Amino acid sequence: MDPQAAAVSPRPAVAGRLRWRYEPGHLVLYAGLLAVVGVLVVLPIVSVLRGALVDASGFTLAHVARFFYTPLYLESLRNSLYAGLGATALASLLALPPAFLLGRYQFRGQALLVTWLTVPLVIPPFVGAIGLNQTLGRAGVLTLFLEDRLGVQFVAAEGLRGVILAHALHYFPFVLLTVANALANLDPSLEEAAKVAGARGLRLLWRVTLPLVAPAYAAGAILVFVRATDDLGTPLILNVKNMLGPQAYFRITTIAREDPDGYAIAIVMLALALAAVLAATRLGQRREVATLQTGGRAPGQPLRGWGPWLLLAFSALVGFLGLLPHLGVVVLSVSRVWSLTYLPTGYTLDHYQEILFRAPQFVVNTLLYSATAAVVAVAVAVGIAYLQHRGRVPAPGLLDFAATAPIAVPGVVMGIGFLRVFDRWTLPWVGVPLTALWLVFPMLYVARRLPYAVRAASAAMAQVHPTLEEAAAVCGARRWRSFRRVVLPLVLGGAVAAGVLVFVTAAVEFSATVLLISRIEQSPLSYGIYLYAQSPRGRGAAAALGTVAVVLVAAGTYLANRVGGRRSALAW
Amino acid sequence: MRTRAWIALLAAAAFSLPAGAWAQAGQVVVLTSFPRELFETYKAAFERANPGWSMVVVSKPTTAGITQIRERAGRPDVDVFWASAVDAFVYLKENNLLERYTPPAELRRGIPDRVAGFPINDPDGYFVGFAVSGYGIMWNTVYMERRKLPEPREWEDLLQPVYFGHIIMSTPARSGTTHLTVETILQGYGWDRGWPLLVQMAGNMGALTERSFGVPEAVIAGQYGIGIVIDFFGLSAIASGQPVRFVYPRVTSLVPANVGIVRGAPNPEGARRFVNFLLSEEGQKLLFRPEIGRLPVRASLYAQAPKGFPNPFRMSPGVRFDARLSAARYQLVTRMFDQVITFRHAELRRAWEAIYAAERAVEEARRQGRDVSGAERLLRQARASARLVPVSEATAMEIAQQVDRDPTYRAAKEREWEALAREAYGRALQLANQAAQVARGR
Repeated sequence: MDPQAAAVSPRPAVAGRLRWRYEPGHLVLYAGLLAVVGVLVVLPIVSVLRGALVDASGFTLAHVARFFYTPLYLESLRNSLYAGLGATALASLLALPPAFLLGRYQFRGQALLVTWLTVPLVIPPFVGAIGLNQTLGRAGVLTLFLEDRLGVQFVAAEGLRGVILAHALHYFPFVLLTVANALANLDPSLEEAAKVAGARGLRLLWRVTLPLVAPAYAAGAILVFVRATDDLGTPLILNVKNMLGPQAYFRITTIAREDPDGYAIAIVMLALALAAVLAATRLGQRREVATLQTGGRAPGQPLRGWGPWLLLAFSALVGFLGLLPHLGVVVLSVSRVWSLTYLPTGYTLDHYQEILFRAPQFVVNTLLYSATAAVVAVAVAVGIAYLQHRGRVPAPGLLDFAATAPIAVPGVVMGIGFLRVFDRWTLPWVGVPLTALWLVFPMLYVARRLPYAVRAASAAMAQVHPTLEEAAAVCGARRWRSFRRVVLPLVLGGAVAAGVLVFVTAAVEFSATVLLISRIEQSPLSYGIYLYAQSPRGRGAAAALGTVAVVLVAAGTYLANRVGGRRSALAW
Repeated sequence: MRTRAWIALLAAAAFSLPAGAWAQAGQVVVLTSFPRELFETYKAAFERANPGWSMVVVSKPTTAGITQIRERAGRPDVDVFWASAVDAFVYLKENNLLERYTPPAELRRGIPDRVAGFPINDPDGYFVGFAVSGYGIMWNTVYMERRKLPEPREWEDLLQPVYFGHIIMSTPARSGTTHLTVETILQGYGWDRGWPLLVQMAGNMGALTERSFGVPEAVIAGQYGIGIVIDFFGLSAIASGQPVRFVYPRVTSLVPANVGIVRGAPNPEGARRFVNFLLSEEGQKLLFRPEIGRLPVRASLYAQAPKGFPNPFRMSPGVRFDARLSAARYQLVTRMFDQVITFRHAELRRAWEAIYAAERAVEEARRQGRDVSGAERLLRQARASARLVPVSEATAMEIAQQVDRDPTYRAAKEREWEALAREAYGRALQLANQAAQVARGR
């Protein structure tokens, strides 16, 4: 999207002469980073693989085979795939018409519409599910309204349907932004050529326009698919048990930490996610080829005729649907009694008092863990990016590869891996396993969000031309000094944006957190939401915490956009 | 030097910040399945009553708590296990995971030995009861009015077709109190009548929640009308002004909720202080708080109970709970429930939906004066098939121990039960559809 970011900078000229000599300082940094990434990313993944594929007698496929013999697991796999495909289809349905409107037409209030349609991104799906329960669930406002006024009994947000809805409503802006962007950047000469050749209307759309934006669309859609397929929080909130995430979670937490079935489920989830991410990467590469020919942008057309107005009306409807989770959560957070009525029959601020004063640790812990994770992740990412672009070390791509790997690792799988590895790491001077300390959470968030940070840092690093450092060297600056005074200030903006993104995504991480949580005092906001969501006195406090999460994410996304430009919003 | 100072600082931060120190004096780590309202109240009161002591809470479902204690046998990371399910304590005790502790005599005075015939404390002194719980049915009055549903009184009432899709419960494998309810029904009605009752009732369920707290929450919000819960969920919801009611069916049991010290607890002194606090008059009175709503074991306190509060020492429940039996077949019952009910819920619901439809068709045919004997026979077979007893009581007792000990055997049995349930509910569906066709004269 940003041509400068994509451009790869040439290696320093001096490297040609010294190609076979490694830089000692770089090697030390390289080894250090390799150790960090190895411990945080590689070990947990390997540990899950071992749990599934190795038993007392050595390598075995028996556990994985059992997965495919157990109807319950097969059903869970089917349900997960169904949820993933359903969420992708629904998100596409919601996203494509507004994307076409925004990519093709120009009208007043366009920026407002874009902002409005991206608001759903700030509510994590499992929080959104709580809000959906209040609006489209069994006792939801709209469900009751339909029943009272039209006599229709239809519950939209229930079971698998609810999971699909929660993910579709959260992720459709993602598809929308990618497709709208691709449409706007489409080379107009291609469509013009088609028109000259006689293609019109639907034929033009079907044969020319759609194939050109298809790669961009597919990359966005695959992300929706992956997230909905391996989610844990949303199914748990909606009482869906026969999906891969919940089954793995039940096996590991209630049967036994060493239960081989749990690892077999994890490995299947891993394979699914990996396949999807590989597909997305391939499609992403194709997209670049398609957009490299860009000869200019077609000017947006004004809204004329009933077509675009219809699109606008549909977009407004989508915008309304996208706000339903937020509305449900916010209203629930101030309700005292809300039982089968359109609106609460009693209001209170007690839930906010609860989460801000009586039990502030959820918010405090989240700020602490996410901030720690953001600082560490960015430091590691900047190191990796520096080595990748300037490093004179063997195989600089290895680090980058390992650090990006977690993008294809479902949260549940990472959580299980952490549990298995760090439960055995006992701190020598206190005799406590690492999993019992709060440090394990920042570590987990670093591992899970490192890919975002590395991508952003690498893009920022690529924009710093080596001649700047050469100039510094000519002026007498040593390598560290030129890094500190020249490179660092230049990549700082990108790094801060990356840090903010790590922060907000860590703040709402649930799937792995719930596996690692041991004591309430240490639990972050996301687990707090889950805990309060099951409070026998109602979900008010969960909704209040959810509102805090939404505010955190919204503020963070805004900040990241301000600092890092529009790219960062898409890294989400 | 500076680096070392940094490391020390970081290490200090790592232990002092949210976690609190590990095995330092002045702390007790409590593993509990209780809801936040309850443990937060006790944490505040305990720390007030024991200056310098802090209470750290680990919140887990009972079953996950047992798993944690079992997996950490010998190097436990908690001091106290605090939960409702008495059979969970029996299980821990028999697996040598609890420490013996007898509270001081002055604390034990005023606490009867038995409630409704059930011993309040473990006779061998491995755990003590601090509150009494019964199991029953709660419902949302607004919901019942809206759907024009009659108010239930007994477990059998919940088998009526009117309640189809309106009931909710948790699963015994995930919730200790739900397991107690299931065992109460199995012991109260006997294995051979209890299982069909549970299976058919589950056919009427709209959903099965992952934790027991999800049940009152769904009933309060009006997502479902009727929930199967431990009494304090109903009582505390009523006390906080929600539109709900609660009833103890005749077949219920009164069972103590317990506390026990984990073997090898890192903070034994804190653990004893916590147990003592629970039994003290101050600790017992907290149970009456509206957000808690539990029944104390200190019988004399009931004079001070809020209005309308049940007194377990005046009740005579229908079931005398056998905790050893329950503990012995714990894995069997929970795994079997999961395989034939929790994970097969969709098929079970479909089967009962078809049966109710067929019943209506037969009723209609009878009104029109047609011969319904063929349809009725099919319907009887369908109902029998959808009231599955997976294994006989004798077989269950025979295999219970192996199911508990041997994971491979357990996995094989699980698959066997799953297949059994699929087959039975599929056949029920088919038979019911046939019955409906026959009744409608094809």
